[in-house]
Amino acid sequence: MIPAPFDYYRPTDIAGVIALLEEHGDDARVMAGGHSLIPMMKLRMAEIPHLIDLQDVAGLGGITIDGSEIRIGAMTTQADLIDHEGLAAAAPILREAALQIADPQVRYMGTVGGNVANGDPGNDMPGLMQCLDAQFTLVGPDGERTVAARDFYEAAYMTARTDEEVLTCVSFTAQPGGAAYEKQKRKIGDYATAAAAVQLTREGSTCAAASIAMTNLSDVPVWSPAAGAALADTPVDDSAIKAAVDAALADIDPTEDNRGPVKFKRHVAGVILTRAIKSAWARA
Amino acid sequence: MKDEVESRDDRVANLKGLGSARKRVEDVRFTQGKGNYVDDIKLPGMLHGDFVRSPYAHARVKSINIDAAMALDGVVAVLTAKDLEPLSLHWMPTLAGDKQMVLADGKVLFQGQEVAFVVARDRYVAADAVELVEVDYEELPVLTDPFEAMKSDTVLREDLEDGADGAHGPRRHHNHIFLWEEGDKAATEEVIDSAEVVVEEMVYYHRTHPCPLETCGAVASMDKVNGKLTLYGTFQAPHVVRTVASLLSGIEEHNIRVVSPDIGGGFGNKVGVYPGYVCSIVASIVTGLPVKWVEDRMENLMATAFARDYWMQGKISATKEGKITGLHCHVTADHGAFDACADPTKYPAGFFHICTGSYDIPVAYVGVDGVYTNKAPGGVAYRCSFRVTEAAYFIERMIEVLAMELNMDAAELRRINFIRKEQFPYQSALGWEYDSGDYHTAWDKALTSVGYDDLRREQAERVEAFKRGETRKLMGIGLSFFTEIVGAGPVKNCDILGMGMFDSCEIRIHPTGSAIARLGTISQGQGHATTFAQILATETGIPADSITIEEGDTDTAPYGLGTYGSRSTPVAGAATALAGRKIRAKAQMIAAYLLEVHDDDVEFDVDRFVLKGAPERFKTMKEIAYAAYNQAIPGIEPGLEAVSYYDPPNMTYPFGAYVCVMDVDVDTGTTDIRQFYALDDCGTRINPMVIEGQVHGGLTEALAIAMGQEIAYDDLGNCKTGTLMDFFIPTAWETPNYVTDHTETPSPHHPIGAKGVGESPNVGGVPAFSNAVHDAFRAFGLRQAHMPHDHWRIWQIANDLGLHD
Repeated sequence: MIPAPFDYYRPTDIAGVIALLEEHGDDARVMAGGHSLIPMMKLRMAEIPHLIDLQDVAGLGGITIDGSEIRIGAMTTQADLIDHEGLAAAAPILREAALQIADPQVRYMGTVGGNVANGDPGNDMPGLMQCLDAQFTLVGPDGERTVAARDFYEAAYMTARTDEEVLTCVSFTAQPGGAAYEKQKRKIGDYATAAAAVQLTREGSTCAAASIAMTNLSDVPVWSPAAGAALADTPVDDSAIKAAVDAALADIDPTEDNRGPVKFKRHVAGVILTRAIKSAWARA
Repeated sequence: MKDEVESRDDRVANLKGLGSARKRVEDVRFTQGKGNYVDDIKLPGMLHGDFVRSPYAHARVKSINIDAAMALDGVVAVLTAKDLEPLSLHWMPTLAGDKQMVLADGKVLFQGQEVAFVVARDRYVAADAVELVEVDYEELPVLTDPFEAMKSDTVLREDLEDGADGAHGPRRHHNHIFLWEEGDKAATEEVIDSAEVVVEEMVYYHRTHPCPLETCGAVASMDKVNGKLTLYGTFQAPHVVRTVASLLSGIEEHNIRVVSPDIGGGFGNKVGVYPGYVCSIVASIVTGLPVKWVEDRMENLMATAFARDYWMQGKISATKEGKITGLHCHVTADHGAFDACADPTKYPAGFFHICTGSYDIPVAYVGVDGVYTNKAPGGVAYRCSFRVTEAAYFIERMIEVLAMELNMDAAELRRINFIRKEQFPYQSALGWEYDSGDYHTAWDKALTSVGYDDLRREQAERVEAFKRGETRKLMGIGLSFFTEIVGAGPVKNCDILGMGMFDSCEIRIHPTGSAIARLGTISQGQGHATTFAQILATETGIPADSITIEEGDTDTAPYGLGTYGSRSTPVAGAATALAGRKIRAKAQMIAAYLLEVHDDDVEFDVDRFVLKGAPERFKTMKEIAYAAYNQAIPGIEPGLEAVSYYDPPNMTYPFGAYVCVMDVDVDTGTTDIRQFYALDDCGTRINPMVIEGQVHGGLTEALAIAMGQEIAYDDLGNCKTGTLMDFFIPTAWETPNYVTDHTETPSPHHPIGAKGVGESPNVGGVPAFSNAVHDAFRAFGLRQAHMPHDHWRIWQIANDLGLHD
């Protein structure tokens, strides 16, 4: 559990970060909270000759709420998310999800930016951000661009971010209605056996629109438009929920690991999603 | 004078002796981060060792090239088996009579096996150099299943002569280690064959690992000027380590000092000798500099001693009314690549033959086959006396299965088969003499406390509601009644590498009336500095707060066999009490002299000797201690010291009754333990608060084992559970609330009647948790499902029973 030698950088502005990334390319990685990257380095599964610590870079933190527009700086920790009353009022699903990530000690260090940028299918925020249709702001040598969370993930640890870019901000528009994040895990600190993010809006006694995403059930987070569509224009009754679950299960591709075999994971994914839909609908 | 105004109750309270809930004196330093562990030891010029380990479970080592590693700046040496062979240290004896490679000698037999030892000037360079050692392996067929291993043509241990006996008798296959038997096989089979009711079940207690918070490590320092070797290490038995180190190295024993500093949990993991210790010593001898080796978490989980891995095939017979008539058990024991179990020499399956449990079973037989596989060696007693957890789990599962077969309540089945109070001392069918017990009283108290009948009614209603589709949660009531066998042990039949399993205490009373006591044991968190002082306080009248307890330094402490198997209180605690009584006997003579009366005219009273019939005339222990050093007393040597070596006449037999109430979600396999009641009878209770802490800790480890913790391998022998992501250690979040209770049945042969308690909750806890899972599904016909009961395995039970259809 001792990493290979590496050079450590602690720039104070984003230009300094970009310059280092341009200089070292694939040999450099930025580090936010470090709770994924450092263990990988200690296991020597990731060899990072040039490690760029973002904690002194100005302007990467903070949560701003402007009406229904929400911007979360990349270096915002999970603990910051949990503690922010304005965010809890505007988009309570973030606190609900963040409280299910790891343990308090990790949440004081782990960041939203690191969680979404790392591309680990086990992370909770990517699926949640797909559910919320969040946009990720990337800054690189050519300036700034925005990529939708739903377009960001290509494969495990492979994302739309290029080696010279830094993810600086996550933004989304808070929707009316109800939302829920349900997660089954073996213990505190574990990744999900299955987790589901659901957001839906109600018009009278029917669901106007729904967005459904799932975590750790494929090599990327799974946003399932078909599952959401199955709930739209329904009273979210048992048959609609079943249709949504069937649609979501058609989109996931879990693999066997110590959490259990595929058949079990698919079954639990259905149960967890059902619970998330019911919970979100009750809140809508 | 303060003494004159203090009431007797005040004096007793001031003593903080037996029964006092005295706060743990160790915690002042532990809670401030001021403990001194092996990894805290830093010696001038100290080098650092790290291992090259095998990525394969079974492979021939064709070549090892150390050139690139040696070329790295800061690397001092790279040791391989070739370097150790001239010292005959490339293999080492195990506690179980086998031998084990220190460094790979021609082949590797499990993933993570030590192949080469890199020594470097700093820890980081050592880790970098490990990457540079080039090892050429040729993969061999891998055997991870003991039943397959016993049939396979693949020879794992090519070093063992084919057909030759092992340490425990004939070996009937090249992957067989021993067959150990106890009891009357023919009589047992006859009873079972003709019984009214017989059930047969395979009960598997999976492989797991003690995983102490602090991993294993050592610092070896060979002083070439004075010829003395100092070895600091995570040793649960430092004195035995000194003797073994002397025998292996040829260094005379007085020139070896072994020190166990603070130890961050042992749980059996730190009883044995590991290649890291040997390599550190050799490297220090070679370099003349201190060498530190501390393993990381993955190394600890993958390579140091595992626990359990017992396949227990049981048959139990009974009358139609439920009176048990016989018990038959055959165990296939997966020992891994080397037989490195930590058991008393004569018992290759430990005390597994306590498996008749708390029941009056007239005839029984046990046979244990030890088998080699391509897994890490070990088989240590993880928070239990040797193989007692396996035995308790086996019998407590068999009782449940028998109750199902008889369609009886499992609590009632236990009750009608308990050994009765008047039967003690009780001779078990497998050769033990249970010293004392009152099982019915404990059981009735437990069942009443939890409201057992109401729980059963609620459970029946839950099953009906489940069948009606109103709930997806079932309710399990997990019962467990266990008898431990601890305090190894009588020298006539218990030894470790020839050392009798006595223990010791040496006391010095200082002139001003305070004291130091040294013992042959070593605390790893048990709180010895707190509780042994309490024993002495009561025995000598010196307040516990005025007594220092010291252990772990072989240059100062008397010889002892260490701390494991709940033996500290039964053995060293007895030595402490007896040494205290020697102090008291001399103090009585001094007191009589000071009071100018005959020895028989004074009697001990809390903290003083008083004149019989005239308690206003007394001498306090403080006064007596001072007199021992400043007065010439005719016929009495100056000073006040005593030493006692205690060879226990028998083991002690703590017992307990546990009940676990659990809700089980059949759709997700998740569980919610809503109630856990633990009644322990450990005989005389030295410190109720320490006992409660021990029970909480042991139950939490039991929870871990029963509900998720395992060492698992894939078919290629890759360890799948090498990190704490996959190896389950419960946090406060997963840990339920425990209600503790007790009865008190003193041991008749122990000087203060104490029996030991640290391991009871693990022994009794695992069956309680596991039986709760089984019991939840009893109404649907579940007989046996193997641990650990993690989410997917519980889900699998429900799925197999058709509860998802």
